[in-house]
Amino acid sequence: MAGNISAQYMITNDIKRQEPKTMQLILISVALIFFVLILIIPLVAVFVKAFEQGAGLYVFSISDPIALQAIKLTLITIGFAVVINTVFGLTVAWAVAKFKFKGKNLFVTFLDLPFAISPIIAGMIFILLFSTTHGLLAPLLNAFDLQVMFAPAGIILVTLFVTMPFIARELIPLMEAQGTVEEEAALSLGASGWKTFLLITLPNIKWALLYGVILTAARAAGEFGAVSVVSGHIRGLTNTLPLHVEILYNEYQFSAAFAVSSLLTIIAIINLVVKNIADWRIKKQENRS
Amino acid sequence: MPSKLLKIRQHSVIPGFGITMGFSLLYLSLMVLIPVSMVFLNSSSIGMTAFWETVSSERVLASLKISFATSFAAAAINVIFGVLFAWVLVRYSFPGRKLIDGLIDLPFALPTAVAGISLTTLYAENGWIGKVFAPLGIKIAYTPLGIIIALIFISFPFVVRTVQPVLESMDIEAEEAASCLGASKLQTFYKVILPTLLPAIITGFALAFARALGEYGSVVFISGNMPMYTEITPLLIRAKLEQYDYAGATAIAAVMLVISFTMLLFINVLQWWAGNRDRSV
Repeated sequence: MAGNISAQYMITNDIKRQEPKTMQLILISVALIFFVLILIIPLVAVFVKAFEQGAGLYVFSISDPIALQAIKLTLITIGFAVVINTVFGLTVAWAVAKFKFKGKNLFVTFLDLPFAISPIIAGMIFILLFSTTHGLLAPLLNAFDLQVMFAPAGIILVTLFVTMPFIARELIPLMEAQGTVEEEAALSLGASGWKTFLLITLPNIKWALLYGVILTAARAAGEFGAVSVVSGHIRGLTNTLPLHVEILYNEYQFSAAFAVSSLLTIIAIINLVVKNIADWRIKKQENRS
Repeated sequence: MPSKLLKIRQHSVIPGFGITMGFSLLYLSLMVLIPVSMVFLNSSSIGMTAFWETVSSERVLASLKISFATSFAAAAINVIFGVLFAWVLVRYSFPGRKLIDGLIDLPFALPTAVAGISLTTLYAENGWIGKVFAPLGIKIAYTPLGIIIALIFISFPFVVRTVQPVLESMDIEAEEAASCLGASKLQTFYKVILPTLLPAIITGFALAFARALGEYGSVVFISGNMPMYTEITPLLIRAKLEQYDYAGATAIAAVMLVISFTMLLFINVLQWWAGNRDRSV
């Protein structure tokens, strides 16, 4: 709403408020040059380099059995991250946004921890827990002959860690802003708590939830540092797409590395499109209410 | 447990506090608090002298110096261009504005490894951009300059996205008053607009700096990883882990974690302060 008002102001006060045209042109040009150099050229380069040696090599690179295995493990990891974080995100957002309690700020700060920690350290802490030689849980793991590190389970675990805050962070501010009036009305009319959540809360937050899911999926697909620490780089078993990119690149198979990268880049572009649609939808919803 | 929590929270007719809070705390403890506390648990078992020896070794100090210098440079450059972008996007209209606004978040969406190989290929001596600078004797990839480029890329959206909403919701009365009283455009910017934007700028800077300090994926490709020259701290931790030097890796990680926590706390306090200031106005 605030955006709307200021937009109207901008139109009516255009002349008083704005700098001379030449100044504007200079500022816009500088911004555009920076934008093209830093963001656009690296994006375009991925696709140009991917097809540099022909479409044949491109198709071969992304359909090679090891690449297919990496795609499969990446999809499994995305699945775990999305399902578990959706449950956690909805739960934590309900507790934080719909109630007032002591220590809320501290609680929300803890929620942000995975964002503040270097991906390398995120991977390392799970080695300190689950390594069969050095880990805290080593006796337990060895007793049951379980392997978590250097196995797909470890990759899923660290991905859950690094993607934990995304959905909760999208939902909490929106649910706080929406308040509890609608839920209270439903409850006082005799709806059950569960029914209130499904019929009142969920429709109100669906776009933010969708965007949180997309962010989670994109990060799960693209996480590199943390996954690289716990994967052990076993080809055909513990390689995700970004790790496969690293191996190809280090073997000087540049076109193949960029071909696989282009898949991840397409995911990133879809992410941006959905983000903009969700933003627009949330704004529309706010304006209506 | 629920009865104890009931006293902590204010009364409400909304159901489900006990179960949602309980589940959230359990998950957070198992997935985050216990794993993160492992760093401090392990580093305290190393012993003070060994800890200090690791952390104050020449290679570790050099890596910290490189990490801090490059992250600071990248975050500072992003403050300048971030404010410029927020300004241009909010105040001016030009063709492609919406598209650019939508693409600002690209660095958050693009996997760091992809950014890393793309930037390295572009800024290497025979790359599209590196080729332009090579005749001038400027090497970018495999030097600290390359690290800064990668860090600018990955932390670019922070300042734009923190400053943009503040600029959008800014009242124009103050600016008009300033210009009515005879202030020039530049004076209005420095004395009226900049102070209002400052909390958002500092938050954006801190977020960008914190992100840059921990970055690994993009830097590992472009830096060349030469100890004492282009080895950032996360790379050094990675190297120690690969040599199974878990004690060394943990000690360095503990130092980095303390720095990250301090920054996180600082950002939260700053946002709380800025929020209070807005309310009192």
